[in-house]
Amino acid sequence: MAEKKMRQIAIYGKGGIGKSTTTQNTVAGLAQLGKKVLIIGCDPKADSTRLILHAKAQETVMDKVRELGTVEDLELDDVLRVGYGGIKCVESGGPEPGVGCAGRGVITAINFCEEEGAYTPDLDFVFYDVLGDVVCGGFAMPIRENKAQEIYIVVSGEMMAMYAANNIAKGIVKYASSGSVRLAGLICNSRNTDREADLIEALAKRLGTQMIHFVPRDNQVQRAELRRMTVIEYSPEHPQAQEYRELARKIDENKMFVVPTPIEIEELEELLMEFGIMEADDETIVGVAESA
Amino acid sequence: MADTIKKIDGITTEATEELIEETLAAYPEKARKKRAPHLGANEPTSATCAVKSNKKVVPGVMSQRGCAYAGAKGVVWGPIRDMVHVSHGPVGCGVYSWGTRRNLMEGIPGVTSFPLDFTSDFQEKDIVYGGDKKLEVLLREADELFPLNKGLSVLSECPVGLIGDDINAVTKKMEAELGKFVVPCNCEGFRGVSQSLGHHISNDSIRDHVIGKREFSEPAGPYDVALIGDYNIGGDVWAAKPILEEIGLNVKSVWTGDGEIEKIAATYQVKLNLIHCYRSMNYMCKVMEEKWGIPWLEYNFFGPTKIEKSLRDIAELFDDTIKANVEKVIEKYRLQMQEVIDEYRPRLEGKTAMLFVGGLRPRHTIGAYEDLGIQITGAGYEFAHQDDYDRTSPEMAKGTIIYDDASEFELEKFVEKMKPDLVGSGIKEKYVFQKAGIPFRQMHSWDYSGPYHGYEGFRIFARDIDMAINSPTWSLVKAPF
Repeated sequence: MAEKKMRQIAIYGKGGIGKSTTTQNTVAGLAQLGKKVLIIGCDPKADSTRLILHAKAQETVMDKVRELGTVEDLELDDVLRVGYGGIKCVESGGPEPGVGCAGRGVITAINFCEEEGAYTPDLDFVFYDVLGDVVCGGFAMPIRENKAQEIYIVVSGEMMAMYAANNIAKGIVKYASSGSVRLAGLICNSRNTDREADLIEALAKRLGTQMIHFVPRDNQVQRAELRRMTVIEYSPEHPQAQEYRELARKIDENKMFVVPTPIEIEELEELLMEFGIMEADDETIVGVAESA
Repeated sequence: MADTIKKIDGITTEATEELIEETLAAYPEKARKKRAPHLGANEPTSATCAVKSNKKVVPGVMSQRGCAYAGAKGVVWGPIRDMVHVSHGPVGCGVYSWGTRRNLMEGIPGVTSFPLDFTSDFQEKDIVYGGDKKLEVLLREADELFPLNKGLSVLSECPVGLIGDDINAVTKKMEAELGKFVVPCNCEGFRGVSQSLGHHISNDSIRDHVIGKREFSEPAGPYDVALIGDYNIGGDVWAAKPILEEIGLNVKSVWTGDGEIEKIAATYQVKLNLIHCYRSMNYMCKVMEEKWGIPWLEYNFFGPTKIEKSLRDIAELFDDTIKANVEKVIEKYRLQMQEVIDEYRPRLEGKTAMLFVGGLRPRHTIGAYEDLGIQITGAGYEFAHQDDYDRTSPEMAKGTIIYDDASEFELEKFVEKMKPDLVGSGIKEKYVFQKAGIPFRQMHSWDYSGPYHGYEGFRIFARDIDMAINSPTWSLVKAPF
């Protein structure tokens, strides 16, 4: 049998867009397909694995490092948990906002996982669920050489989410030119905006990629979350669970990996105007106070 | 200012310019263009020195520069004897700046003086979660362990600036809690182009957190002065301060060699600031001048000629008592100094030397060499600014070579061509030139010797220079090739 190749996938997208929820539901779908998956949460909030583990917050790599004093004293067993469908979970953890360096926490945690052999050969997928904004080099760690080769951007039809997606595409271009990281698609996590699917399809086309799946909005996701479960585990027969299974299947079968072609702000705004999300600037009112 | 334009036989502007051109030719075009303005033949009559300075090091060359942290910890703060100086960050910066500048201290080590290395010893967790809580604990514990300290300084290493540890908030809190100076210094190494910014940042810390917060216990007198910019390397302060006292001045505080923080804080009460190392301390002299109207005077205590001139310059700012004292002191030491000159000058007359050091030495030591009959054919600074070069130019002979932030390659090339009898520079240069068979003195920390300041220092300086140049070693060294 040919040695199977572990695929490493990073999920990016604007903060609050639903990366962690989408990731965990999708990974649950992959687990149902019999895939072995490791999730590495790269966000100090440490909420990337709670639906898999039914936990409030998993003990993180950095929490444990702080407790033990040095990263050298840490064992993989201290921080790796196994949850629904045999999914392995690690959270990098990190500081409260406003202190320290969360980016370094991500680097430390990923290096630790590598050195301690978290990436076992039986794994089919490693998912990195990354903090909303790539604010520094630490949050780009998952897409450095020899790590994630595929990136999915979670997006919605809202203007700022699309700006963020385009910016992330710019970041990918930088790393793509020096390594093998590629954009694998946009995941539309619907906010029920007008003509949302068409808009994201159009954006995907401009970026040279695909909208791999349109995940409709459904309160069943929240109902499952209240129970700290994925929809797939909570209500496997629900149509929303089927959507995530579909997304999981598409990701498993995806072959479209591209160096994206991010667009200029003007072009993005044109697109938004075309879809009625944004109106053309009235230059005559710019900088004029109300009383003037 | 030199009264007459100095000349040295065999040194011409043309030859020096040719040497510079030849040296620069080895560089790729971009580096050549960047380095060219930093090298020049001296023109003593020009009002400003033409050499460019205080610019970022050209990538790829071997520079001798340090960083802002080095300027803050190693130069300004480290010598203050009654403070605990905390290097905040990973362990190396603290360790490698520990005692390396030979700032000697009075007091009982660990009890009343603290020539120790305190560091927060950052680990991964401190980077990720921030080191401010640890810093607070460290300050409290250090104060408990060394209760006789008069204050604590916190010197930021690079990572502190990157992760945004708010050391200023911690020091403010701890100053209130401990009831003594707890001073933040945001001297992250990556700031600025050299250690020079570290001096400036440290001066600013003194301005913002120290000066004006204490008073001298004794009543003020007309002869109260402060000695600024002497770091007591090899005991320099102990050789300089007694001379000022002998002429009747009352040295109330020293910045910062063998210094005491509370006296530094009260320095705004003196009548005059006497500054030796202009580069590292001019900022606070100007602050005290603007805020409290305290005049300041640059002086030079290297070699009898400059000492005499400096003493007379100082006397000009005081009454006849001091003027008379100065003449008496000059008279008293002249004979002793003449004995030193009589002993060494015959063996050193006509020799040449090239210097590449920091702070004030490339210009301030010229007079001491000349007292011994040695001429300076090249001088340069690691981290000087335009005002340093403007002060250097008149001290140097016409056509001599001036080099700013010289690379190892440039220095070697210049020395090879100009063939000085002595090179005075740093530890990294020492063995390069000694292996080339050229006598060398490490002039940052006086090569494990000193003091070199004052009358006492000149005697030692003369002995050391003679020992270096006239050592029989050099005639025994045979190159194996």
